[in-house]
Amino acid sequence: MYNEIKTSFLAKIENVTLARTIGVAFLVNLDLPLNFVNEVKTVISEAVTNAIVHGCLSAENKFVQMNLSYDDVNVYIEIIDDGIGIEDVEKAKEPLFSTKLEEERAGLGFTIMEVFTDKLDVKSSVNKGTKVLMVKKYSEQAKLSQL
Amino acid sequence: MAINIQMAIRKNILFVRLKGELDQAVTEKLKIRISELIDKYDIKYLVFNLAALNFMDSSGVGFIIGRYTQLKKRNGKIIVCSMNPLIERIFNLSGLKKICSVTTTELEAEKMVEVA
Repeated sequence: MYNEIKTSFLAKIENVTLARTIGVAFLVNLDLPLNFVNEVKTVISEAVTNAIVHGCLSAENKFVQMNLSYDDVNVYIEIIDDGIGIEDVEKAKEPLFSTKLEEERAGLGFTIMEVFTDKLDVKSSVNKGTKVLMVKKYSEQAKLSQL
Repeated sequence: MAINIQMAIRKNILFVRLKGELDQAVTEKLKIRISELIDKYDIKYLVFNLAALNFMDSSGVGFIIGRYTQLKKRNGKIIVCSMNPLIERIFNLSGLKKICSVTTTELEAEKMVEVA
C-alpha cells in the first residue's frame, strides 16, 4: 500500500499554507486520528518555513521540494531546498537557537519536528542546500483509532 | 489569507480574535498592525481569543513572545483564552504558558485585568 507524491513550489511564504494542505490531503486515505494529522501539519509547516525563510532567504525565484510517502508503517516527509545551507546542524537543532532572533523567531522549529516525529534527519551543506527527512510511525495509531 | 482577525479595544485592553491558521505568512502583517495599535492606544493588556484558531506553529510562538516583550516594557501582560488542545500543546512545549496568563473566556480575561 505504498504511495508517494513529489511536489515543488516557489519559496514564497504563502506556500507554507499550501504545503500543509497538500500534506493533509495526501494522508486522507490512511484515515488517521486528528491528532496525528495535526502533528504532520505542524512539522510540514516548520520545515517548509525554515526552507523558505532560512534556506532560500525568501528569494521568491527559488523552489522548495516536498516529497511525501507512506508505507504500511510510516509516513515519510522530505523537505528539500537549494538555499544557503546550515553551517552547524547540531547548533541549529538546539531549542531556542535562531539566526534570526531579531525577527521574532522562536527558535523552536527543529524542536517541534523532533518532538512530533519518530525520526528527524537533517543533511545540509553550505551554499548548496538542506534536506530534512522526517519519519512518523502511524500503524499503531491507526489501530488504536479503529478500536 | 488563511486567517480572519477581529480586534476590539476597551480601555487599555486590546482584544484579538484569531480564526483560522496562524503561521509565518500571517505573523509578519499581524505584528505590524498590533504593534501600531499598542502604541497608538496606549495598550497595556493584550487578550488573544483563540477559540477559532485551529493551527499554530513556532512562527506564532515567536509572534506572541514579541508582543510579550513589547507589553513588558509597559508593565502589561498577555492573556490567552479558549485554546483548543492542539494549540495548548504548542503553548506547553514552547514555554509560552510561563509568560502568558490563560483563561477560559474573554470575560474572565477582562476580570483578571480589572483585579490587577
